[in-house]
Amino acid sequence: MGSITLSKVSKVFGAHAVIPSIDLDINNGEFVVFVGPSGCGKSTLLRLIAGLEDVSDGDIVIDGKNATELPPAQRGLSMVFQSYALYPHMSVRSNIAFPLKMAGEDKAVIDKKVADAARVLNLTDYLDRKPRQLSGGQRQRVAIGRAIVRQPKAFLFDEPLSNLDAALRVNMRLEISQLHQDLKTTMIYVTHDQVEAMTMADKIVVLNRGRIEQVGSPLELYHKPDNLFVAGFIGSPRMNFVNGAAAAAHQAHTMGIRPEHLALSKDSGAWQGTVGVAEHLGSDTFLHVNVDGIGTVTARVSGDFAVTHGDRVFLTPDPQRVHRFDDKGLAIR
Amino acid sequence: MATLHTRSAARLMIAPSVLLLLAWMIVPLALTIYFSFLRYNLLMPGMEEFAGFSNYSYFLTDPAFFQAIFNTLAIVLGVLFITVIGGIALALLLDQPMFGQGIVRILVIAPFLIMPTVAALVWKNMFMNPVNGLFAWVAKLFGLQPFDFLANAPLLSVILIVAWQWLPFATLILLTALQSLDEEQKEAAQMDGAGAWSRFIYLVLPHLSRAITVVILIQTIFLLSVFAEILVTTNGGPGTQSTNLTFLVYAQALLQFDVGGASAGGIIAVILANIVAFFLMRMIGKTLEA
Repeated sequence: MGSITLSKVSKVFGAHAVIPSIDLDINNGEFVVFVGPSGCGKSTLLRLIAGLEDVSDGDIVIDGKNATELPPAQRGLSMVFQSYALYPHMSVRSNIAFPLKMAGEDKAVIDKKVADAARVLNLTDYLDRKPRQLSGGQRQRVAIGRAIVRQPKAFLFDEPLSNLDAALRVNMRLEISQLHQDLKTTMIYVTHDQVEAMTMADKIVVLNRGRIEQVGSPLELYHKPDNLFVAGFIGSPRMNFVNGAAAAAHQAHTMGIRPEHLALSKDSGAWQGTVGVAEHLGSDTFLHVNVDGIGTVTARVSGDFAVTHGDRVFLTPDPQRVHRFDDKGLAIR
Repeated sequence: MATLHTRSAARLMIAPSVLLLLAWMIVPLALTIYFSFLRYNLLMPGMEEFAGFSNYSYFLTDPAFFQAIFNTLAIVLGVLFITVIGGIALALLLDQPMFGQGIVRILVIAPFLIMPTVAALVWKNMFMNPVNGLFAWVAKLFGLQPFDFLANAPLLSVILIVAWQWLPFATLILLTALQSLDEEQKEAAQMDGAGAWSRFIYLVLPHLSRAITVVILIQTIFLLSVFAEILVTTNGGPGTQSTNLTFLVYAQALLQFDVGGASAGGIIAVILANIVAFFLMRMIGKTLEA
C-alpha cells in the first residue's frame, strides 16, 4: 500500500549539496519520524518525497512504482504544512473538500467524505467557519482533514506542531498518534523536537548535514546510539560526554553517560563535584555538577534530592549504561 | 492618547489643520455653487446677474452633456477593464523568476512616471499618426491602409493611451499582492491536485481580490477626471466624440467663456462623482471588510 523507498537520492542547490546521498526504506503503515537539528535537510527530504522539489539524482519508489518524475498530485501523498497552509477565503468545508473537488469527485461523495472527516476530527460544528475564526489546534485539524479525505498512500507532516503552544502540542501529539492507530496509513513526520520523535515514532531517522546518522526504533536509538551525534541528540537532558582519563578508564576515547544513569550520593562515589545549578521539578531533580577534573555533568534523580548551589555531591556512573566511543565518534560495542 | 488631558490636547493640536482643510474645500465649492446661479460670461464683464436654475437646465439639455457622460463612463470602464486584466497578466509574468528581473520591472513602471501630456503627444505623433506613426508603418508593411486612430476612433484612442499610463500602477499593486501569497498555500494546492489554472481561480484570484478593489477604487477617482490626454490628442473631437465631463466643463468655461454654465456643469460633475463613489464604496466596502 504505502511503502516508500529512496535509493541514492541526492539534492544539490547550486554548489551546495543539501543531501549528498540517501538510501531509506519505509514500510507500509509505519510511523517514521525524520529528526535532526535545523538545516539538516529533513524538510528538504520530505519535500523531495512529496515532489515539491526535484531530486538531483537517485530514485523515489512509492508503492512499487518509480515516482521520481511524477508531479506531486499523482504520487498519492498528502501533506500537512507547518503553517497549515489553509485557503483563507474558503470555509472549513471547502478547504477539506478542495482535493476531492480537484479530483473531480461527485458532489454527494464529497459531502459524505467531508462529513466523515469532520466527525473523526471533531470539526462538525466548525464546517462553515473561515480558517481565521479557528484556534491553532482547530486549524491544524482542518489541515489534517484536508489530508485524510484523499485517502492517500502516506501522510507527510512538516513540523506540524511547532506553531502550537506547549499544552496543545502534547494534545495534538496524542491525536496524531491516535489517528495513525485508526488509519494504519504510512506517516512521515518531520520535527526537530526529539521528544515528539521518541513519543510518536515506530522508526526514527536521525539526520545530520543531509546524511542519515542512524535509523531505528526510539528505544534502539536511546540504548544503542551508533555515534556521538545520535547519543547527544536523543534523550533529554542530553547525554554527558567525558574525555580523557575518566574515558580511558573505560577503554574509550569518549565515554557517554545519560543523566538518569548517574547515581547520586552525598557521601561517596566515583566522581566528586560541586553543584552549580539545581533544578527541582518535583518529579525529578536535575543537577548541573562541576565534577573535579572532568567538567560540567548533568545528573537526574527521581523525586527530591535536597541540595543547593555550592554543595558537594558524589556521582557514580552505572557501568552497564556507559556508552563508549572511539576517536572518530563511533560507538564501541 | 491615554488620558482625557492628552486627548483634548491632541484635538487642540489637530484643530488648525482640520480648519484649514475645511476652508480649502468649502471656499471653492461655495464659490462654484454661487457662480452656477449667475449669468456670468467672460466676454461681458460686470454684467453678472442672478439666473436661477437656467444654467443647469441649459447644461443638462445640451446634447453634448449626454455624450460626455457616456464618454466619461466609457473611459473609466474601458481603462479599468484593460488595466485590471492586463495588470493581472503582467503581474503573473513578472512574478516568475527570470533573467534581468530588476530592469524589466523598472521598464514596466516607466509609463507611470511620464506626464500625461507627454505620453499623449508621444502616442499621437509617434504611434497613432496615420502618416509617420509606428502603427501606420506596420499597416503599410502588410500592405494595408493606415488607420487614422484619432479621427476614426477618438474615444478608443484616448482609452488606449490612458490605459497604457495606468497599467503600471495596476501591475505594481497586483504584483506586490501576488508576492505576499503564502508559498505553502501554493504547494498545498499543488499537493491537492490543483493545476495551474485551478490554482489561479481558487487561490490567486481570491487572494488578489483586495488589491483589485484598491486598484479599481483609486483608478476610478483619477479616471473620472481625465483631461490632459484629451486636450493634447483630440481636443474633445471630432465633434464631441471624445469629450468627457471634465473636458465639457473646460470647453464651456474657457472656449465659450460661459463661467456660469461651466460652474453648473462642475456641480453636476461633483454630484455624479458622489453617486459613483457611493455605489463604489458599497460594492467595495464588502471586499475590504472581509
